[in-house]
Amino acid sequence: MSDHNYTAARRIMAARNSERPAADEYIENIFDDFFLISGDRLTGEDPAVIGGIASLSKIPVTVIGHRKGKTLEENIKYRFGMPNPEGYRKAMRLMKQAEKFRRPVITFVDTPGAYPGIEAEAGGQGEAIASCISLMGSLKVPVIAVFIGEGGSGGALALGVADKVIMLENSVFSILSPEGFASILWKDSSRWQEACELMKFTADDLKKLGVCDTVIPEPKGGAHEDRLSVFRNVRKELITFLSALAEENGQQLAEKRYRKLRNIGKNINTRRKAGIL
Amino acid sequence: MDPFKKKRKMLAALKEIKEKGRVIKCPSCGEEHPEDVLKVQMYVCPSCGHHFKVSSVYRIKTVLDQGSFHEICGSLRGYDPLDFPGYEKKLEETRNNTGLREAVITGTGKIDGIKTAVCMMDNRFLMGSMGMAVGEKITRCFEYARRKKLPIIIFSASGGARMQEGILSLMQMAKTAAAARRHSEAGLLFISVMTNPTTGGVTASFASLGDIIIAEPKALIGFAGPRVIQQTIGKSLPEGFQSSEYLLEHGFLDAVVCRKDMKNTLSLLLHLHQKPERRRLL
Repeated sequence: MSDHNYTAARRIMAARNSERPAADEYIENIFDDFFLISGDRLTGEDPAVIGGIASLSKIPVTVIGHRKGKTLEENIKYRFGMPNPEGYRKAMRLMKQAEKFRRPVITFVDTPGAYPGIEAEAGGQGEAIASCISLMGSLKVPVIAVFIGEGGSGGALALGVADKVIMLENSVFSILSPEGFASILWKDSSRWQEACELMKFTADDLKKLGVCDTVIPEPKGGAHEDRLSVFRNVRKELITFLSALAEENGQQLAEKRYRKLRNIGKNINTRRKAGIL
Repeated sequence: MDPFKKKRKMLAALKEIKEKGRVIKCPSCGEEHPEDVLKVQMYVCPSCGHHFKVSSVYRIKTVLDQGSFHEICGSLRGYDPLDFPGYEKKLEETRNNTGLREAVITGTGKIDGIKTAVCMMDNRFLMGSMGMAVGEKITRCFEYARRKKLPIIIFSASGGARMQEGILSLMQMAKTAAAARRHSEAGLLFISVMTNPTTGGVTASFASLGDIIIAEPKALIGFAGPRVIQQTIGKSLPEGFQSSEYLLEHGFLDAVVCRKDMKNTLSLLLHLHQKPERRRLL
């Protein structure tokens, strides 16, 4: 059962738990006939982003997710779920393909952020994320993002611009890691737990702020305690949203998504007081 | 004993100050230059070419035709949406110290007679960080330019998304990027000018989406900060890493343009994007 008394720090620890089901497990358990797609057709292949075509109750969909890896070897190979520009460009390739074949796009977000490395910067990490975000905002097919664990910074947002944002109860979505936040704010990353309480990154917080649409409760102890029930619930939500979104034409979807982005933060009550709008 | 010695000395000193003006030390080469000289040089160091940081107001003065600027959404101000301790006070202080309302000034103006929308970010306002108000102002400027069929020029100078507004700052990346795309899909020109520094959430949103992207020399441009990269990889960074020249070399910039040539460059680009009939007339 869900527990509303968890502190933000405890939630992020749960979100980072290595036992927690990862994107590839969601893909395997929720969809049928998954076909893995590789490479960005420009410079290379980044395994930190997994993507392909699958079917969800007989509807073909494009699936994209961050991948952290379970073993140390995998962790290193996937840079702990921190993509390089190739990863985002592969995601873009998949999204454009989805638009061409009128397939809905479903993303699974689970990353500490984009990889901060020399090659990543030389390869245009900023440009890759910017283009991916901008493309997602304009896609003329339904887009659903599922936050399954850690959602850090622009690296998470690059797969998180969607018509519907679903968050697991213990997943988070933050402007940067609480460690980074504490180190900037107090020059002391060990005070990250304090930062957690200020940052408002839990699924409940984000629902209130209008960033997230639905929160899926997790079993006691976290999603890994009863994987099958979590997969079942996510699948149910996906089907509900997909059938609702299937009614609308592409142009309407893109327009609505833009309106949605324009409206974020509008339901905050201090807005008028401050003279914004 | 000259009874006026002290006074004469003081007068001489005053005269010297008056003649020379304030002296500013270049942070790059250490050479000292009188402020008047720097002013004439558009705050570019005459010895080493270092571009000093300048304000949004200065950009408006030097890039746009005199008296052509009209501000839009000037009253829009950021506030504290997440009850972040001390943020409201910090905003107030920054406003008092800088005379600015937010980290960007938006509006329209003319460059050599051609009308364009402009956004000038200002480093002095909380590192030019993008919170809700900055994102909203830039988005509205894109929307205004789209409605009026105007090109848009954005001078970025920003450390990225504003921490104190948390996820709401991050979502401004999605908002501005989407607005930039809609402006672009209407067949309109967007020139992005990156100045020192352009990093984080601004690099990873609208600033990287220009049809033409230019930068001032030796500006720091990147997604992740150099310190974070160094900590992650545990190696020292190569010389000139994340500079304008580095980005040009790697294909992420069209040109590195000295501040003194900026107006002419923008003017040329605007002219080249005019409809043919109009160009013949000019």
